[in-house]
Amino acid sequence: MGKENIGLTLKVWRQKNEADKGHFETYKLSEVSTHASFLEMIDVLNEQLIVEGKDPVAFDHDCREGICGMCSMYINGRAHGPQSATTTCQLHMRHFNDGETITIEPWRAAPFPVIKDLTVDRSAFDQIMAAGGYVSVNTGNAPDGNAMPIPKEDADEAFNAAACIGCGACVAACKNASAMLFVSAKVSQYALLPQGQPERKERVLKMVAKMDELGFGNCTNTGACEAECPKGISITNIARLNREFLSASLTPGH
Amino acid sequence: MKLDAKIPAGALPEKWTKYRSTVRLVSPANKRKIDIIVVGTGLAGASAAASLAELGYKVKAFCFQDSPRRAHSIAAQGGINAAKNYQNDGDSVFRLFYDTIKGGDYRAREANVHRLAEVSGSIIDQCVAQGVPFAREYGGLLDNRSFGGTQVSRTFYARGQTGQQLLLGAYSALSRQIEKGQVEMFSRHEMVEVVMVDGKARGIIARDLVSGKLERHSGHAVVIASGGYGNVFYLSTNAMGSNVTAAWKAHKQGALFGNPCFTQIHPTCLPQTGEYQSKLTLMSESLRNDGRVWVPKTKEDAKAIQEGRKKASDIAEADRDYYLERKYPAFGNLVPRDVASRAAKEACDEGRGVAPTGLAVFLDFRDAINRLGKDVISARYGNLFEMYDKITGDNPYETPMKIYPAVHYTMGGLWVDYNLMTTVPGLYAIGEANFSDHGANRLGASALMQGLADGYFVLPYTIGDYLADEIGTGKISTDGDAFVQAEQIVTERQKRLMGIKGKQSVESFHRRLGKIMWEYCGMARNEEGLTKARDMIRALRDEFWSDVRIPGTMEEFNPELDKAGRVADFLELGELMVIDALVRKESCGGHFRLESQTPEGEAKRDDDNFAFVSAWEFNGLEGDPILHQENLEFEAVKLTQRSYK
Repeated sequence: MGKENIGLTLKVWRQKNEADKGHFETYKLSEVSTHASFLEMIDVLNEQLIVEGKDPVAFDHDCREGICGMCSMYINGRAHGPQSATTTCQLHMRHFNDGETITIEPWRAAPFPVIKDLTVDRSAFDQIMAAGGYVSVNTGNAPDGNAMPIPKEDADEAFNAAACIGCGACVAACKNASAMLFVSAKVSQYALLPQGQPERKERVLKMVAKMDELGFGNCTNTGACEAECPKGISITNIARLNREFLSASLTPGH
Repeated sequence: MKLDAKIPAGALPEKWTKYRSTVRLVSPANKRKIDIIVVGTGLAGASAAASLAELGYKVKAFCFQDSPRRAHSIAAQGGINAAKNYQNDGDSVFRLFYDTIKGGDYRAREANVHRLAEVSGSIIDQCVAQGVPFAREYGGLLDNRSFGGTQVSRTFYARGQTGQQLLLGAYSALSRQIEKGQVEMFSRHEMVEVVMVDGKARGIIARDLVSGKLERHSGHAVVIASGGYGNVFYLSTNAMGSNVTAAWKAHKQGALFGNPCFTQIHPTCLPQTGEYQSKLTLMSESLRNDGRVWVPKTKEDAKAIQEGRKKASDIAEADRDYYLERKYPAFGNLVPRDVASRAAKEACDEGRGVAPTGLAVFLDFRDAINRLGKDVISARYGNLFEMYDKITGDNPYETPMKIYPAVHYTMGGLWVDYNLMTTVPGLYAIGEANFSDHGANRLGASALMQGLADGYFVLPYTIGDYLADEIGTGKISTDGDAFVQAEQIVTERQKRLMGIKGKQSVESFHRRLGKIMWEYCGMARNEEGLTKARDMIRALRDEFWSDVRIPGTMEEFNPELDKAGRVADFLELGELMVIDALVRKESCGGHFRLESQTPEGEAKRDDDNFAFVSAWEFNGLEGDPILHQENLEFEAVKLTQRSYK
């Protein structure tokens, strides 16, 4: 069993607003409990800064149980830090050593401008979803839930894609700032389900067009997105996205 | 003020069908001329905003998160109930209705709950049509599982992430309306005031959380869908940003607050490990199917475990107290949430808790693993064991889990009538933000059901009754005196907060409030403690307003200022909860008054004196709030005392 409390040096990205150039600031923390989560460690830092009359570090967070997708820190060069399949809020300090220096940065991608410090604007993801990430069914139109049997394996695979939390780690980890993993997860979910068929071709074309328009880069098959995804979204979804896009592009009338 | 719940006449099973067919309508041409504001984009808010927009209303939706998809409904794990009877196990609308009323310890309104059960099936149909990937059986049909407090399998689920999948479904419907221009979405915006014009809710003041600017938004109706207020306890399973501000502003503008003291404390959460702790994580209650709850029989053994001198495995079988099995032989480890929570607290209060803080009990799978094998347990709970390991660093296959109760849900909320309208004309409350369906205790898998019922299938109909009178109103200007004054009030309030320049952080006040609430208005309450708590909260509120330190300025992205506004409201709400708990001298559901127990120490309801909803009217912070009562009349169910012995 390791130590109960550790001392840390934090190098944190500070940036007043989008226009500011930004810089690293170094902070010392002593007596950080190894039971604390990474965000709770930042809470401790902020409490210290506030009491000292300084400006606390701004960062996005909400559910703190790994599902809302709000937390977004680049820790020691990795999206959501060193543990695989773990969001920053579920990363705990027992994975760090006494005396360690930790570098903390925001997501860095042109379509995700910095709002302040570690907080970025990910509304581009909402715009991609609005471009076609839905089944066009009004409330009240639905047939009985069991009217259309769906093979369990299709439903399970659709679920695996639908488990994306929209945190943007895939974009942050990608050297091209590509949003292909995010887009492919939603396209796959609907492509795998009968409910998604009527708008299948239109959907993929619209979502990809919006993704390109917003300045996300292309996929060059590095696989960093999959490696850093806290929910284990598979890169095979990107292969499906490419097939769906190609097939839709070749369909007359689309 | 005379409370009128506006329950339609007629037999219980026919009320909703008849009402829905006779409630006033707004024609498509007129819907275009009507603006509706929806605050909050969780299951209730997103489904309402999307459905109202589909009908042709112009909707403005607001959320404080960076995207509507992140509302805390997303964290719901277990599932959603619906009376589909797909399992052929005898389920029906009446059974779902009955279970909900009984589970709520007979403190909910029959007509609302029956309607909830009636529309439950349509929710599943709607979500399936949206492409929500529910769990399925090998034949391709929807799977169900059973949940606490029922004898049928009516819970639909998507692994342990049902809330996420349902919310993403509602978010997709919302996104479609945003693309069509029917919904204007305001993310990173917080509602900070309701604007009243001639006694009607006519708009809101919102703070753009990025720029810090205040904005005026008008509407012919305002819908509060901002969730529950469990964060008044500081530590809860809620998200960090979950707050009461929208509902509280509505309350201060005249909306009565229903049953504020009814809070649900969930028995199986991860215990607190230190002062830095910011939230508590829920572990699904399904674990109690195979886990056995225990603490050491003696304080000495407990102390040794607390200090790390002994491990669970060092305690001999004869020295363990499986207290739930001992006290409740009939139900054992599967007693309802409120009973299990209170028993854990009792054991820890006796000094027999097991974590370094003394505030935890064991949930032990040793016997289940010996009986069924590790593989079976892994198939049932593998993901939960992994999550536990990730957070605590302990392996539950080898050492028992440590759990402790945590605040999870608030049954209380804004009082609403059958139309889901508050006592302020034009101001509605839906989902967890209202008080209506769960009485004094909510059953598992019913929160998702209620949020979506309100948003998809109730409000879109009932709101027409009010808006039918608004078709000639025309666009509401935001230049009027009411808007100017409301904005002025908000500016003054923020200036006052910024001007305090004290020494203590917002967070430290919130933490202290949470401790008071947990100690005196938590799992067990009595007159002495509640009276004391009221004074303590008032003193803390005064201290907050004279010594809080908020860095930065008003005119910028300032999460500390946002938090200060929310904590200021919690400091007012906390007092109302305590007052409500004081007045309700009975025990019921999650509300346990030590003075009202059966000879065996169980909760004792007092139907003769307390079969009513407490609806509180704001009366200034110096004065006492005014209590209004809505008497609950039960036609379809017979009131009985619960027993789990």
